[in-house]
Amino acid sequence: MTGGTPVGVLVIGAGPAGLAAAEAALDAGARVTLLDASDATGGQYWRHLPEERAGEHEARLHHGFARYERLRDRVVGDAACTVLLGSAVWSVERSAAAGSGFTVNVATGRVDAARAAMSALEPEAIVLATGAHDRTLPFPGWELPGVFTGGAAQALAKGERVRVGERVVVAGAGPFLLPVAESVAESGARVIEVVEANRLGRIVRGWAPKPWRLLGARAKVGELVGYVSGFLRHRIPYRMGAAVVAAHGTDRVEAVTIARLDTDWRPIPGTERRVAVDAVCVSHDFTPRLELAIAAGCALDERRFVVVDDSQETTVPHVFAAGEITGIGGVDLAMAEGAVAGAAAAGRTPSRNAVRRRRVFSDFAGRISAAHGIRSGWHHWLHDDTIVCRCEEVGYGRLCSTAASTDAEGLRSLKLSTRAGLGICQGRICGRTVEELLVAASPGDRFLDSVSTDRRPIVAPQRLGDLASLGDGPESP
Amino acid sequence: MSARRIPASQDPVRPRPSAEITVTLDGERYGGLEGQTLAGVLLGSGRLSWRTTSVAGSPRGVFCGIGVCFDCIAEVNGERDVRLCQRRAADGDELRTQHDALPVPVEDEDPPTATSDGAGS
Ligand SMILES: Cc1cc2nc3c(=O)[nH]c(=O)nc-3n(C[C@H](O)[C@H](O)[C@H](O)COP(=O)(O)OP(=O)(O)OC[C@H]3O[C@@H](n4cnc5c(N)ncnc54)[C@H](O)[C@@H]3O)c2cc1C
Ligand code: FES
Repeated sequence: MTGGTPVGVLVIGAGPAGLAAAEAALDAGARVTLLDASDATGGQYWRHLPEERAGEHEARLHHGFARYERLRDRVVGDAACTVLLGSAVWSVERSAAAGSGFTVNVATGRVDAARAAMSALEPEAIVLATGAHDRTLPFPGWELPGVFTGGAAQALAKGERVRVGERVVVAGAGPFLLPVAESVAESGARVIEVVEANRLGRIVRGWAPKPWRLLGARAKVGELVGYVSGFLRHRIPYRMGAAVVAAHGTDRVEAVTIARLDTDWRPIPGTERRVAVDAVCVSHDFTPRLELAIAAGCALDERRFVVVDDSQETTVPHVFAAGEITGIGGVDLAMAEGAVAGAAAAGRTPSRNAVRRRRVFSDFAGRISAAHGIRSGWHHWLHDDTIVCRCEEVGYGRLCSTAASTDAEGLRSLKLSTRAGLGICQGRICGRTVEELLVAASPGDRFLDSVSTDRRPIVAPQRLGDLASLGDGPESP
Repeated sequence: MSARRIPASQDPVRPRPSAEITVTLDGERYGGLEGQTLAGVLLGSGRLSWRTTSVAGSPRGVFCGIGVCFDCIAEVNGERDVRLCQRRAADGDELRTQHDALPVPVEDEDPPTATSDGAGS
């Protein structure tokens, strides 16, 4: 498609990172277009009730909601800022466009409805702030209704005022379990326990080094203390070194099995206990939403986050990245990175304050992964019939036997023969898990074709009719 | 018991009252509030699943809640593959549960077919 609309700094994603980037770019005098697939700003962290139901005391559900409101009003209220909501970027392509040299294709309209309005933007510079989604490792029964990701429980509590159940277990790994448990409890459910896979020793070792560095991050520490007091208030037990290793039920979850884990996350036989629940919320990590960064040609590091320099510029000139796609470090880091990226994208030197905040909070990302990162022993809680790919319903046994019986060394051919990761979610949920399990089940330790499951040329689902209509010349009004 | 919407009278957040709406799923009526997503309306009424899978025929509802997993898809007003956790509910929306034959694989070099065109089926 040719003849796109020239825009100044295009910020993709209106979460904490994107909002901070838009603000900094506006402060630097740039014209800004901020867009998000959702019909509200705030991203995952500040997910809130829609305008029709705005809550009088909504700040109760959030940390730093006032900060969000100030940022939103600043950005949305600026005449130099165009905010496009309900607008999903579905592809980024190199073009002859001036400025960044990219054309960004956007579909605006009701979610998954035909006849979206298609537009093409030609930005001077791009800030990618597409965030992350939960990574939940498979376990027997995880496909039962009533098993949710932690993010789903958050989204339902904050955005819908729906509680996921009455007797709820929250499980997985990482500090994110704390806000999940808090919002589930706040929604009126009984959180029976929070189950963290890592043992206290590792958590302390991960968080403790150079504690003076945490001083700059007092607010964050305060947030954590807030969760602990919430736990005490709601009498929620927090168990370490254990995991939900199975969910039980026929048409819905009715119970879970919780087992103790060794330090490598391998379940310890004989420690299983069964707990009756009507919902369970499980998250082990986050997966960055990398499609656009990959489509633009940005390099990834060995942990598969977007590589950026001091000004948050990626390896592709004029393309910047901020927030969870450069590393999982929480809201403060996301905002500091956004502030640096927005200024740099507008051609200014980032403020020293933003650079300092980025340094303080980048420390968090390392501590989180040292204390809570996934360990490989979890493979041992899988059975042959445990579904790994939810869309195509591929079981662990089939995945392993296909990997072992074919001498295919490429991920692509293994995916084709197992069908794992080829379903409608395009491997977003299981992609990394399938890769990890295939590597473990194959003779070699690396895929020769190095096709990563993160690569998806079409980012957001588009109806074929809408794509076809792009060839029909200018859109009719 | 199951998922439920928090009654407005007991909600410390005090959401602004919004219009009551009704949607149907395979003809059955579900009440919700304007501004909720369709998944929010169904879950809020205690309905946990609304799709059966292609291979095992097992039930699915919301998993990720943020538009990533596609477990929550259903037909809405004649359009298939709508993620109910992302679509705002409108009064009178008519939903149908979906059960599909195995989907066509999406491969790296192939044309995009993440969802099929409702109008074409
Ligand atoms: C469901 C969920 C709930 C969370 N809740 C908490 C919490 O309570 N506390 C906590 O400390 N951390 C939470 N996190 C972690 C959280 O991701 C970060 O703390 C923070 O939100 C990261 O900010 P971000 O701006 O990088 O990304 P996000 O907040 O994820 O924002 C990214 C935005 O980009 C948009 N986007 C992505 N791709 C496209 C596209 N192709 N086109 C258009 N728009 C696009 C998304 O709609 C989204 O709004 C949560 C994460 C998830 C997934
Ligand atoms: S629940 Fe995952 S897309 Fe709706």
